[in-house]
Amino acid sequence: MLATRIIPCLDVDFGRVVKGIKFKELDNVGDPVKMAKEYNEQGADELTFLDIGASYKSREILIEVVEKVSEEVFIPLTVGGGLRSSEDLRKALNSGADKVAICTSAIENPSLITEGANIFGSQCIVLSIDAKRHNGAWYAYTHGGRNNSGIDAIKWAKEGEKLGAGEILLNSIDKDGTKEGYDLELTAKISGSVNIPVIASGGAGNPQQMVDAVKVGKADAVLLASLLHYGEYTIKDIKKYLEKKEICVR
Amino acid sequence: MIAIIDYGAGNLHSVKKAFNHLEKDSLIAKEVKDLNRADKIVLPGVGAFGSAIEKLKESGFYDVTYNWLSENKPFLGICLGMQMLFEESLESKNIKGFGIFKGKCPRFKKGKVPQMGWNQINITRESPLLKGIKDKSFFYFLHGYYVEVEDPDIIRGTTDYFITYTSMIEKGNIFGVQFHPEKSGEIGLKMLNNWTEAC
Repeated sequence: MLATRIIPCLDVDFGRVVKGIKFKELDNVGDPVKMAKEYNEQGADELTFLDIGASYKSREILIEVVEKVSEEVFIPLTVGGGLRSSEDLRKALNSGADKVAICTSAIENPSLITEGANIFGSQCIVLSIDAKRHNGAWYAYTHGGRNNSGIDAIKWAKEGEKLGAGEILLNSIDKDGTKEGYDLELTAKISGSVNIPVIASGGAGNPQQMVDAVKVGKADAVLLASLLHYGEYTIKDIKKYLEKKEICVR
Repeated sequence: MIAIIDYGAGNLHSVKKAFNHLEKDSLIAKEVKDLNRADKIVLPGVGAFGSAIEKLKESGFYDVTYNWLSENKPFLGICLGMQMLFEESLESKNIKGFGIFKGKCPRFKKGKVPQMGWNQINITRESPLLKGIKDKSFFYFLHGYYVEVEDPDIIRGTTDYFITYTSMIEKGNIFGVQFHPEKSGEIGLKMLNNWTEAC
């Protein structure tokens, strides 16, 4: 059976993981290469690296990080943050990334999805959607959740699939950092509207919420950040719990 | 020397990095003459069936690979690289594959397509590639089409994704896997190492 994927996400700024500063049990404080190796050993199914530095220099450093990780960790790697052109995508993929995530640039220039899919294949184009709720609907935000594009998030997911995206990384801005659980309604609506995999992101506080994301939200994968970085749970703990709840994990 | 055929379709670095990690000599073959030093070939799979075959033909790799396969020389096809060993794919109806084995590639009709993630192999027969690898082990899959194999003798493993389909084949020195061993962690590395020692 196809397993539900558990994907640690590392937010990186100038080569340092920014949410991981309290990761103190291990001597891995903020080092993305060491953290990637640690999560790989814990049983991570993929790894996602997002550059939040949003500058050319910061992105270049992240690409060097991914290059190092890909020489030692043999699971799928996704890179995102500030990728604006097919040349940016190529650089990320050549460094050892298997997939690239695009968010703001896809909204500003939807043809980037198609161009990327045509050159590199749909399977490596991840459409990242930062969604926030207003009056019963969800809207896609740009620039790290600062600007409302005015585009309906569900319509955008469908459009993204049509344009050639191979997967959707769905982040709820409302839930992000709350530990209240994933936005199940949003996740279920998006997952039910497209025929490509959907990764639920934002709001994870405990493993039961991941079970809900899969069973209620119909997510194909769950993204985790601070929950792991702060050492509250290991991936092994989470997988054990999911298995008990009859969710297939690796 | 292992040659990884680069027909300009995408990222081959992960296969190369896996062999580097295993300390096996490998090269990325960009032209036919790069195969002169090779005793083993890996055909990785990226992109669509039709365009991959066309690119192999344009670069001259098609004929060399066809002869290589006909002579039963050591070969590993990964993902699309396995599918291309068969006659055709519904992904690109008018373009023929190598046709070394009988069968064609339909698209998944159920579930999310592509299938993306870790799935298990049901071992149906022993294989040198499976040395030290348990039944129901997880490997990383990423594909929208699968092979309907006509000759059951070549099947070594199957996988369940709404249907049960062939995910591993072997005949002589020719091996094919639908999953990506180079992205399947330690167990994938073990399989690649087994392959280098098997043929």
